[in-house]
Amino acid sequence: MSDTKKDLISQLQKDILLWEGFTPPAAGKANGLGLGPLEAAFPNGVFPTGTIHELICPTPETAAATGGFTAGLLAALMQHGGACLWISTSRRLFPPSLVAFDVAPDRMIFIDVQREKDVLWVMEEALKCKGLAAVIGEVQDISFAQSRRLQLAVESSKVTGFLLRNDPRKLGTTTCVARWQITPLPSILEDELPGVGFPRWQVDLLRVRNGNPGSWQLEWTDGGFTPVTETAKVVTLPQRKAG
Amino acid sequence: MVITAANILAEAGGITAGMAAADAKAIVPDLQVIDEIPGQADKLLNALGEWCIRYSPLIAVDLPGGLLLDVSGCAHLWGGERGYLNEIVTRLISKGYDVRGAMADTVGTAWAVARFGRTKPIIEPGKQVNALLPLPPAALRLEAVILERLQKLGFYTIKSFIGIGRTALRRRFGQELLLRLDQALGNEEEPIQLLQPVEPYTERLPCLEPIRTATGIEIAVKTLLKKLCLRLQGEGMGVRTAILKGYRVDGHLIQAAIGTNRATHQVSHLFKLFELKIPTLEPALGIELFTLEAPKVEEVEPEQEVLWSPEGCGLEDLSLAELLDRLANKIGAGNIHRYLPQEHYWPERSIKPALSLKEKPATKWRTGRPRPSLLLSRPERIEVTALIPDYPPMLFIYKDKVHHVKKADGPERIEREWWLEQGEHRDYYQVEDENGQRYWLFRSGHYGGDHSKQWFIHGFFA
Repeated sequence: MSDTKKDLISQLQKDILLWEGFTPPAAGKANGLGLGPLEAAFPNGVFPTGTIHELICPTPETAAATGGFTAGLLAALMQHGGACLWISTSRRLFPPSLVAFDVAPDRMIFIDVQREKDVLWVMEEALKCKGLAAVIGEVQDISFAQSRRLQLAVESSKVTGFLLRNDPRKLGTTTCVARWQITPLPSILEDELPGVGFPRWQVDLLRVRNGNPGSWQLEWTDGGFTPVTETAKVVTLPQRKAG
Repeated sequence: MVITAANILAEAGGITAGMAAADAKAIVPDLQVIDEIPGQADKLLNALGEWCIRYSPLIAVDLPGGLLLDVSGCAHLWGGERGYLNEIVTRLISKGYDVRGAMADTVGTAWAVARFGRTKPIIEPGKQVNALLPLPPAALRLEAVILERLQKLGFYTIKSFIGIGRTALRRRFGQELLLRLDQALGNEEEPIQLLQPVEPYTERLPCLEPIRTATGIEIAVKTLLKKLCLRLQGEGMGVRTAILKGYRVDGHLIQAAIGTNRATHQVSHLFKLFELKIPTLEPALGIELFTLEAPKVEEVEPEQEVLWSPEGCGLEDLSLAELLDRLANKIGAGNIHRYLPQEHYWPERSIKPALSLKEKPATKWRTGRPRPSLLLSRPERIEVTALIPDYPPMLFIYKDKVHHVKKADGPERIEREWWLEQGEHRDYYQVEDENGQRYWLFRSGHYGGDHSKQWFIHGFFA
């Protein structure tokens, strides 16, 4: 392919992105959520806020990891103020754990509903509210039409939404901008010290609109995401008393 | 204990106000003494004043124990002054009150005659002096010091000193005596503070034809809200709860109630709340009268633009409050939670629900020890293999799955708060299995032989 054609195609791609609502970031703006190399997977190299992300967490262990990862993202989203809504039918999130991820738990409002249908109704209403920083909904099943309603709601309000999907068998097509899967990884401590280290996750970006899916390893250290460069090697330590 | 009031029977037995309760009981052994509730008499008097508005629009409460009615132009409606006064006094006596009434040109004379007068209660215009002459000086509403001095000098009636020169009276008894005398005689104006009863926040909307459609109800609600909010706006008040009532043609009453998180007088917001309730209203053959009541109103806090928010809390946001109102009216206010830290180490008690959006954490969130992302509402029993006391288990079985513990932190001992409940302490361990999944386990009580029964899983770490 000649260079002119390549230029033409890249120009067209940029135009399409612009029409789809992805505005390129202003020059010199620091990347928002501190995800490091992961953000390169997104169009224009910026984590898309003001859209809906889908996170898959089939087991309680992955749900805990997803909760931690989401809390890390929320810390960045909520740093300029704004409260956050957490909608679910069976809530198990322990608010004091959010402190470790720099989120004030008293700024999180929990909505407990009885039916799945109400989760989506509340979520849609909440996503229309401009005063919120983010909305998180725990749902099992969502149809394409329902996800489109949520997408329409965020397009005008620019609130970021997170859908936690706890049933991987019902994954269908949705309008969500990205689909994530977070799984816990063994933590590594320096110098083979005993004890449990910083939370470490395998972050799989299964689908991303206009971006490149991929897989990364992240660690939450000192109030920020740190990419793990070396491959995680599981060190079997002799069991010792710690703490 | 001092007697503050006595009924007619007790007074007949020789008991008067100001007497010690013990003395009174000695005089009348079967005397019934009831404790006085502070402020209740004043409240009752206020209520009586509001009741008296049927006789005159201008009422003032005269503490203690008096009501002033400005009756100009009212008496003829009851067939003259005598009939008017009779009506009021007999109505109050029939309710069981001990009442004396008087009517005169001035407040001072009426006050004096009502309390000290012995002849006719109605003083004809301009005859105040005649009425006052035989009365004691106490009828002039004077201070105790002046009364004592008058008594000492032998002035037992007003007649005995009213003829003395004003300068002499002022020198001996001060300006107050002259002022009260002038007020009683009508030479000095006396302002009274009128009672202004609070009108209930209610609006009515009768309909020409019965309303049967949802659109019709919407228009009715909007009209009522506009009227109510206009009044609230003027008074700086806002609705906390409101009830819409519809009187149906078939005699049934239908109603819908809403509540708000913060006082508001915005028509659009209140309408949105009612809009969610309109489908529950059944008009049947039609609604002929709508009423809108606001039983609970509060002062609206003036909106202030936030210049900068240091912590950027975001909970004061108006749109958030309105969103929560809508959610509360649909799914119930009990399903919306926000948590504040509580000074307890016991995990289940470390948080408490916040009562309102404005409530701030009283203490800081604890950061010292790691806490799991997910907490099970009830700890679940697990099978473990723990060989050494006070060491984390080597492996545990949770939901039929064996987890080999590779790394662990702990124990963190959390004592049960004995002043709240009895039971064993818990030794918490943060453990990581071979897949890197992190759990929060605890052993209830001390390490014992039968340890299979005392291990629990309580949470999942991120």
